Amino acid sequence: MATVETSDRDTTLATAETVARHSHGKLVAFLAMRSGDVTAAEDALSEAFAAALSVWPSKGCPANPEAWLLTVARRKLIDQIRSRHDGPGSDELEALAETIGEIAEDDIPDRRLGLLFACTHPAIDAGIRSPLMMQVVLGLDAAQIASAFLLSPAAMSQRLVRAKAKIRHAGIPFRIPNRNELPERLEMVLDAIYASFAEGWIDAAGSDIARRELAGEAIFLERLLTELLPDEPEVWGLLALMLYAEARRPARRNSRGGFVPLGQQDTALWDAEMIEEAEAALRRASGAGLIGRYQLEAAIQSAHVERRRTGSVSWRAILSLYDALVNLTGSPVASINRALALAELEGPTTGLEALDEVSGDPRIGSYQPYWAARAELLARTGASREAWQAYEIAIGLERDPAVKRYLEMRQADLGSDSLPQGR
Amino acid sequence: MQYLLTLYVDESGWGKMTPEQQQQGAASYMAYTEALKAAGALVNSNRLRPSATATTLRVTNGKTQVLDGPFADSKEQLGGYYLIDVPDLDAAMSWAGRCPAAQHGVVEVRAIWAM
Repeated sequence: MATVETSDRDTTLATAETVARHSHGKLVAFLAMRSGDVTAAEDALSEAFAAALSVWPSKGCPANPEAWLLTVARRKLIDQIRSRHDGPGSDELEALAETIGEIAEDDIPDRRLGLLFACTHPAIDAGIRSPLMMQVVLGLDAAQIASAFLLSPAAMSQRLVRAKAKIRHAGIPFRIPNRNELPERLEMVLDAIYASFAEGWIDAAGSDIARRELAGEAIFLERLLTELLPDEPEVWGLLALMLYAEARRPARRNSRGGFVPLGQQDTALWDAEMIEEAEAALRRASGAGLIGRYQLEAAIQSAHVERRRTGSVSWRAILSLYDALVNLTGSPVASINRALALAELEGPTTGLEALDEVSGDPRIGSYQPYWAARAELLARTGASREAWQAYEIAIGLERDPAVKRYLEMRQADLGSDSLPQGR
Repeated sequence: MQYLLTLYVDESGWGKMTPEQQQQGAASYMAYTEALKAAGALVNSNRLRPSATATTLRVTNGKTQVLDGPFADSKEQLGGYYLIDVPDLDAAMSWAGRCPAAQHGVVEVRAIWAM
């Protein structure tokens, strides 16, 4: 009997967590749109969430958990504003009570897009936009975000607090920019969404629910963007890119949890429906005739996915897409992938020469994919000692245990001759 | 929401300008002020006398210390301000960008804490 109760409780907690993640941005956007006070909205919401965790397990989940959370949160928020002495007084309270009072609880308007533009506003420091969006819109805690951005949780918290204070005090609006400023502002939103997707992408096995849902949430936000801004090709480009990647998730690990590189993945495990949706999104994007970073990256994914139908990959096409991407962005990451594509066409030595061109970039030294690419190409040329050394650095830089094991295996495949003396 | 646009400029620039350039410069500020008025955004604005004529005070342990000169000793000095009333930061930034001082100095945008 005790076990049944525990599992009921677990189910309730899991539901509560899912609702919290899914509704966080919507409720914060709604509660803060008038005052601009994101911190107060988040505090009220987290109190509401705590109340849910204590009430739901014994009384059961409410039929509309989002409305339940909103009711409790707005009560907390009004209490909070009443007890505050540092700023706006009864005017704001009245406005707030009016705004949130006139809306039926089961019909909460979705202001997330406005919130996205606020979090990625040019008056907010560029380095904090993506973490801010992840916290405010997706509800991640500072510790989770800190680890993704390689900062201490304390430092990350401080920067997030500062950014939210800026939104409130500087009067950054929760609105969608007009036509002429849209392209630039949109790029900032897309970059932030893609960064959240990448964070969710790290946990390939999907064993960490929060992470897997983060990738899903990023795709969800991107779909929302395609509805609200259907004429923006880069919005469709990013949706396609994320769907191609997500479609391959089941094939990225073998049955023992081992890492499977893209070229060796079983294409039967790829999600065909999702790939079709990605292809449609990419077609829609290219229809506008306005190329961009995300469309190019999606097109590269599309070329890789061709293996599903033809059994082979056109490295010629991939190389020319990477050429365009390098020209457009000047990104060293694109250059690394270009070098790998070049190696497929002209051999590992040519690939290594191309890789050398980016080795001077200071960002590269601690970038795992550079060292993994270098190791792989060196191994193919037979320079096994140098390859061993490069694998060693790549392993040292890798966070994902499955990828780490894969690299260790590749390193061991080099044989005992490759070992540095004394090992 | 009210915003204070503070204009920081290199004061030595004015003296180096020809009379025509000075006239042109003054005209551009007047036009800007008129535009703010016409839009109903202007609350108040003023140009300050040279920063070299500023006096800075600080009271420490009941003693008043007086300094002959401005608070910050930098090349660009506070030369004037516009107090405007607009809906949000985007509108304030758009006015700040049109201010002549943004061309030859910097404009800081700061929201007023409503009392």
